[in-house]
Amino acid sequence: MSDLNKLGLAEARDALRAGDVTSVELTESCLKAIDEADALNAFVHKTPEIALERAKAADVRINGGDAPSMCGLPIGIKDLFCTKGVPSQAASKILEGFKPEYESTVSQQLADAGAVMLGKLNMDEFAMGSSNETSAYGNAVSPWRRGNDDAQLTPGGSSGGSASAVSADLCLAATGTDTGGSIRQPAAFVGITGIKPTYGRCSRWGIVAFASSLDQAGPMTKNVRDAAIMLETMCGHDPKDSTSAELAVPNFEAMLTGDIRGKKIGIPKEYRMDGMPPEIERLWADGAAMLKDAGAEMVDISLPHTKYALPAYYVIAPAEASSNLARYDGVRYGRRATLAQGDGITEMYEKTRAEGFGHEVQRRVMIGTYVLSAGFYDAYYNRARKVRNLIKKDFEDVFANGIDAILTPATPSAAFGLGEMTEADPVQMYLNDVFTVTVNLAGLPGISVPAGLDSHGLPLGLQLIGRPWDEGDLLNTAYALENAAGFVAKPGKWW
Amino acid sequence: MSIDQSTAAKVAKLARIKVEDDALPALASEFNTILGFIEQLNEVDVDGVEPMVSVEPMRLKRREDVVTDGNQQDKVLANAPDAREGFFAVPKVVE
Repeated sequence: MSDLNKLGLAEARDALRAGDVTSVELTESCLKAIDEADALNAFVHKTPEIALERAKAADVRINGGDAPSMCGLPIGIKDLFCTKGVPSQAASKILEGFKPEYESTVSQQLADAGAVMLGKLNMDEFAMGSSNETSAYGNAVSPWRRGNDDAQLTPGGSSGGSASAVSADLCLAATGTDTGGSIRQPAAFVGITGIKPTYGRCSRWGIVAFASSLDQAGPMTKNVRDAAIMLETMCGHDPKDSTSAELAVPNFEAMLTGDIRGKKIGIPKEYRMDGMPPEIERLWADGAAMLKDAGAEMVDISLPHTKYALPAYYVIAPAEASSNLARYDGVRYGRRATLAQGDGITEMYEKTRAEGFGHEVQRRVMIGTYVLSAGFYDAYYNRARKVRNLIKKDFEDVFANGIDAILTPATPSAAFGLGEMTEADPVQMYLNDVFTVTVNLAGLPGISVPAGLDSHGLPLGLQLIGRPWDEGDLLNTAYALENAAGFVAKPGKWW
Repeated sequence: MSIDQSTAAKVAKLARIKVEDDALPALASEFNTILGFIEQLNEVDVDGVEPMVSVEPMRLKRREDVVTDGNQQDKVLANAPDAREGFFAVPKVVE
């Protein structure tokens, strides 16, 4: 077999079990692809020794007949996950040199299942960004280009390295995290599948915290079946995360029948934004037609508080971030600024945080500090938390009326060029998450499925939103959409 | 609500991030752009609505109040920028 790195998880698993290929062969193929792809800046810490060691162990397990689905499959891990003995710096200068003494629960579960870690993946600093341009490692680059134009495009963010690596076949799949759209938007930008499960499905323990009430991990994969396989391994109760749900994790893959006859799919009118590009409108209508052809019923629905989701998010997420990022003080881990004669502890904090945090992170920490400060707490933070309850109730009302899933565009546009948004004010960049952020605020599962190309040949994604804890049904609807859309485009190799 | 330079300086101080004086006007202007966006929330009628505490209705797990780990001073200090004699070291705190 050649080009083993181009396989998906399910294909590779089946080939491993059939004895057609070994994990070492799969892993070597990916390591070679990674070394040839430095131009994408997707892998920022390569771990070939760990990878080959785990691949050899996986081959032993497979030969012994003890092989869970992820066993022997080479994947990339977002830099936000703490990985024991391997640099884990959330793409921030402030965590330079940090090598955790422990492993995140999610990456441990993947390792226990036999998955092979190839290395750590680029991202926006502390997962704050929508284009991977806030990373201390520099931009991750999309493998996609606009036709013959050689301008570099964003792979989206914050899980930009994960998106770029999976799309360019540097790994079979990757972990991502999603606080406002950071799995689904990059997945849509590069033509792959990404699912954010219900809040509480995946343990947050050992994942560098951004906004704790919104953060969830999830898989970024080449297709929906692979997402089902990897998600199952990542989920599950963890006593070390008090918000992790004590619920059984179903066999998601077994739920992929492709049969969605009689399902009710909601089309929310508030997601039809002014100035939405006609290509996005068309993609959305095409997606609805595909689900209808597959036997689902389309229902016009209303989610009246949609407009207020982004402003509520830009209070709640910075507020939680300002609290979570208070721990970066130059004392316990990471970087400490060089101090001048006579500098005391306050100067140490202030200088360390000024040189360690990038511009966007500083801005969000300070906005969060402001909305939580005396006199503004009620006006901003409490009001945003009230609006968050109204946004959640919008979804509850719709699901109570029998809606099984909601179909929306994943992003308001195709991928933009790196540097193109530099002059825009920060709010313009925030609008990238307009269709995804509601899902985090309501704690719901959401999946992005590639569904078409724009006029420049760039991927466009559709998002499906499901009922809480019903990822299995959501994945099945996504599977039906994937089958109907038949998206097979891949970026041409230029790197 | 408009943020002036002295408020921006105060926020930076509270956040323990050093901001040079000449960067304050741009910072205040960015804050105002973002807060202007956030102020749309004032249009929403939130009378009688509780602030969200937990997105999924779950009770936080409790456990026995017992020691679950410890005795790993080396690991705790392993990533410190300055660790001496088994402690984190910092500049002088009291005069």
